[in-house]
Amino acid sequence: MEQKPLTIYENMQLRGYSRRDFLKFASWLAAFIGIEASGVGNIVRAMENKPRLPVVWFHFQECTCCSESFIRSSHPIVSDIILDKISLDYTETLQAAAGKQAEEALNETMKKYRGEYLMLVEGSIPTDDDGIYCCIGGRSALDIVKEAASGAKAIVAWGSCASNGCIQSSKPNPTGATPIHKIISGVPIINVPGCPPIGEVMAGTIVHLLAFDRIPQLDGLGRPKAFYSRRVHDTCYRRPNYDAGLFVESFDDENAKRGYCLYKMGCRGPVTYNSCGVIKWNNGVSYPIQSGHGCIGCSEANFWDNGPFYQHLASFPGFGIETTADTIGVVVGAATVAGIAAHAVSTNIKKCKMINQAINDTNSSTEKEEVKK
Amino acid sequence: MEKAISKKVYVWQMPVRLYHWVNALVVVTLAVTGYLIGKPPALTSGSEASFGYWFGTVRFVHFVAAFVFFFNFLFRIYWGFVGNKHADWKNFIPYKKEQWKEIFQVLKIDILQVSNVKLKSVGHNSMAGFTYFLTFLAFLFQSITGFGMYSAMSDAFLPNLFSWIVPLMGGDFAVRQWHHVMMWFFVIFAIIHVYLVFYHDYVEGRGTISSMAGGWKFIEKE
Repeated sequence: MEQKPLTIYENMQLRGYSRRDFLKFASWLAAFIGIEASGVGNIVRAMENKPRLPVVWFHFQECTCCSESFIRSSHPIVSDIILDKISLDYTETLQAAAGKQAEEALNETMKKYRGEYLMLVEGSIPTDDDGIYCCIGGRSALDIVKEAASGAKAIVAWGSCASNGCIQSSKPNPTGATPIHKIISGVPIINVPGCPPIGEVMAGTIVHLLAFDRIPQLDGLGRPKAFYSRRVHDTCYRRPNYDAGLFVESFDDENAKRGYCLYKMGCRGPVTYNSCGVIKWNNGVSYPIQSGHGCIGCSEANFWDNGPFYQHLASFPGFGIETTADTIGVVVGAATVAGIAAHAVSTNIKKCKMINQAINDTNSSTEKEEVKK
Repeated sequence: MEKAISKKVYVWQMPVRLYHWVNALVVVTLAVTGYLIGKPPALTSGSEASFGYWFGTVRFVHFVAAFVFFFNFLFRIYWGFVGNKHADWKNFIPYKKEQWKEIFQVLKIDILQVSNVKLKSVGHNSMAGFTYFLTFLAFLFQSITGFGMYSAMSDAFLPNLFSWIVPLMGGDFAVRQWHHVMMWFFVIFAIIHVYLVFYHDYVEGRGTISSMAGGWKFIEKE
């Protein structure tokens, strides 16, 4: 007879954690996903009663920086989350099994926990030429994703590749790289963009699924609101310089030393939704702007094509590098003024004729009247 | 030449004139502040950020002007249904054959300057009406993209009505880019608009310039 799967708490007890450790862990989880102190009880209850969550974690067109970011998440228990609290049944990069064994583990989970397992996807899916640009075990990524998604409870799209295509889908997108949400429908999809996403954000998303058994609140682009509702700009410690109009003009000027706002250096903070300004990176050490470089907007769609990174406005396609909307605007404006000048000249010629004609008409009518007399 | 005796016609009602000048004021304000926001001048100052707020003020002025612009625009749409025949919304959309005929007439008279017939229209001619219709579309676009961006920093009801544009255009970056590009439409429009008003008054002598102050135009008596 099959054994009833152990709950998360039972698992922890088996590994020698005390009740006190367990409660500390629960409070830490609550803080992570931003719920109030009174909600800690919910998490404790959930973990005392819920079995471990079966998880499959796929790697397709990607660089594994999401995984790297995840295992560096600041709190040591995060590694526990993936190894203990969820049961990671398949992942190309971390599993011990290989070849046939690995494939079997995947099939086993998809069969046994159909409709219950969580599917985590790192990387985009090439769709051109029947998806031959990314194959695992002789099958295309497209094929694998479709099969796995059909039995998944929810899908988490890790990083910019899986949630918006990232660099593979930037122009000209030779492999037809496509994010998950454009391929799969009918299964809840959580986008966790970033290149990579912040480890704590990834952990927080998993924790939410783990503790509440439902997907976190998402915004219009399918991102968890808890981490992506504010722009990097809104939480930036250099923001007062922006409001005071104090800007860095070049990376080696006095203003850069003073730590002024990097807006004019092309910083994407004002158009990028992420938690970098709050959670920061590498155990809260720093984040790009704090280190003196503008945000490149890595968690926004098409950020590779919205270049150059050191320019506030994008270059205009078809008009050469460093031609912004303003350059074109000025040229069109000048052309308009020139056209108007030409038109004014022709109008004056026309008006002269009109006046001359009017004078002639008056003269001839006076002549006629004189003849009548 | 026809007899130079003119008849006074009341064309632009007071609300239309008021709309026009409020719109002129806020559009200029929006373009200037918008340009500054996109390309802030390099003001060198050794002071701490806490002593200054000029950029914040420029943005504040932009947002206030945007709200005025939006409601003024709504008001004009309303007036297109209740105003006199010159203000009517039907003037702006060329859905009748005559309107298209007049558009080509205007092109011949004013741009190519090969024809000299007199137009029937007293208020907007069909060409002008259609151009204003295009500007209304531009107004709409600027309102949607502007409030769409603003919704990220506001819980207010109105801006959040437009937050859908951000995912639709693929992110704030694209929204900001196109909001900025469209600013140039207003600049070009203003140049041509002001020139043409002078041109018409200069050539026709119907009082086109002063009509937006007093509301009267002058047409030739039959």
